Amino acid sequence: MSTIVLLAVTGLGLAALYFLVASGLSLVFGLADVLNFAHGLFLSVGAYATWLAADHMPIEPAIAVGVAVGALSAVLVELVMIRPLYRRTIEQVLVTVGLSLAGVALLQAVFGADPRPFPRPGWASGVVDVAGALVPVDRFVLIGSAIAVFLGLMAFLKWTRYGLIVRAGVENREMVTALGIDVRKAFTLVFAIGGAAAALAGALAGIHLGTVSPATGSSLLIFAFIVVVIGGMGSVPGSALAAVAVGLLQQFVNYYGTAGAGDICVVALLAIVLLVRPKGLAAA
Amino acid sequence: MSLLTVSELRVRLGGLDILHGVSFEVAATGVTALLGRNGAGKTTTLRAIMGLAASHGEIGLDGSSLRGKRTDERVKKGLGYVPEDRCVFAGLTVAENLRLAERGKPDYERVFGLFPELSKRAAQKAGSLSGGQQQMLSLGRVLLNDNRLLVIDEPTKGLAPKVVTEVAAALERVAQSVPVLLVEQNLAVVRRLAAKAIVLSGGRAKWTGDAQGLLEDAALTKSLLGVGH
Repeated sequence: MSTIVLLAVTGLGLAALYFLVASGLSLVFGLADVLNFAHGLFLSVGAYATWLAADHMPIEPAIAVGVAVGALSAVLVELVMIRPLYRRTIEQVLVTVGLSLAGVALLQAVFGADPRPFPRPGWASGVVDVAGALVPVDRFVLIGSAIAVFLGLMAFLKWTRYGLIVRAGVENREMVTALGIDVRKAFTLVFAIGGAAAALAGALAGIHLGTVSPATGSSLLIFAFIVVVIGGMGSVPGSALAAVAVGLLQQFVNYYGTAGAGDICVVALLAIVLLVRPKGLAAA
Repeated sequence: MSLLTVSELRVRLGGLDILHGVSFEVAATGVTALLGRNGAGKTTTLRAIMGLAASHGEIGLDGSSLRGKRTDERVKKGLGYVPEDRCVFAGLTVAENLRLAERGKPDYERVFGLFPELSKRAAQKAGSLSGGQQQMLSLGRVLLNDNRLLVIDEPTKGLAPKVVTEVAAALERVAQSVPVLLVEQNLAVVRRLAAKAIVLSGGRAKWTGDAQGLLEDAALTKSLLGVGH
């Protein structure tokens, strides 16, 4: 029983990381039709910004700095590299793939390719006894942060004018512009939100793993893409549901099966969802 | 006195020339019907006017050129657009669809006066409305704001006869206060509403004149539109 609890909470912690990366990715694709392969870079940038800032301040404000830097990088990428290429899908993919590769190379050049030790705050250390299982506290930090971001995103989408624009734009972007709305501002905003959420994931992944490395973003991005496709493009609740499914499946299969079998099962789940519900779990 | 001037409008889509140099003017009052057989380029013309289809040529609104303006900028200049197939946001409620369309001071009194059904169904998802109710919502979105010209594409398409009459009556009232450029296949609706008509054929404006005169001339209607009435 305690093993199941530990695996479940650890799986949910992993799901939280996937959700933080996937939610922004999903909104950006749903609204702007941009398949952003550079999204993982925002995670790495956020992690390194937090790591650097933590040398000069406590970890909590350092995380805020990391999130702000992640959001700012996303806005810059949208304004400078993506905006001139809207409606040019192939070029967008090439640019974001190139940026992703160049970004990792740049981080390696500046910080080195080896993982660096990441500061772990006192509140994320230690274990908690849950039904006999000793669960590391940082899993709850990951889960709590993802729930907070999920609730914040849902409130934004439900109660703000820009949230309304995003929801409408995911359905029919052209019609939003035909109502006199400059949808480009909403594009920039969802990039900023996505960049901030990914940067938060970067900082939390640093705390969780105890290290930061240039490749952290790209390794998480692969599973975030799977989560977005399973959940349904543009759906935040769909991403949350899919992240939980992927995180739990990976943990349980990796523990009870052979190493790496969890990743194969995730790909199999993706194939099944694509066959049964091609538009994802959240599709009407 | 013309409000909208379209000259030498050309559109190429998917490697095909759809409009070959359409030129016409839209009066500053009443309804001007844009007619033509299927594939004549009516919807493309409206989309080009709204900036939704890339085009060459000149489009002027009240003497001011719309060249290079984005769709949202054209709307802010006073072009209200009701697309073919309504295009309501199915996952949003009626109230949210209307709220999204608000610019400046929205006139809900006018919208709910014309379409009281929308007020009763404010909390209902737009995707669950009937075709007629969706059309009312689509019209309601543009009528919330003050526009200089309404560009309306086939508002009665696919609607039951009773609903066609209701929509036509609403458009008749709307047209008393704001000019309309109307694409419409239902000639009875055109007869009821339109003062002027432009007939497109093969991507060009082939005939322009009095709408009632066109519809009363069976031979002309047959030759231009391919239908008797």
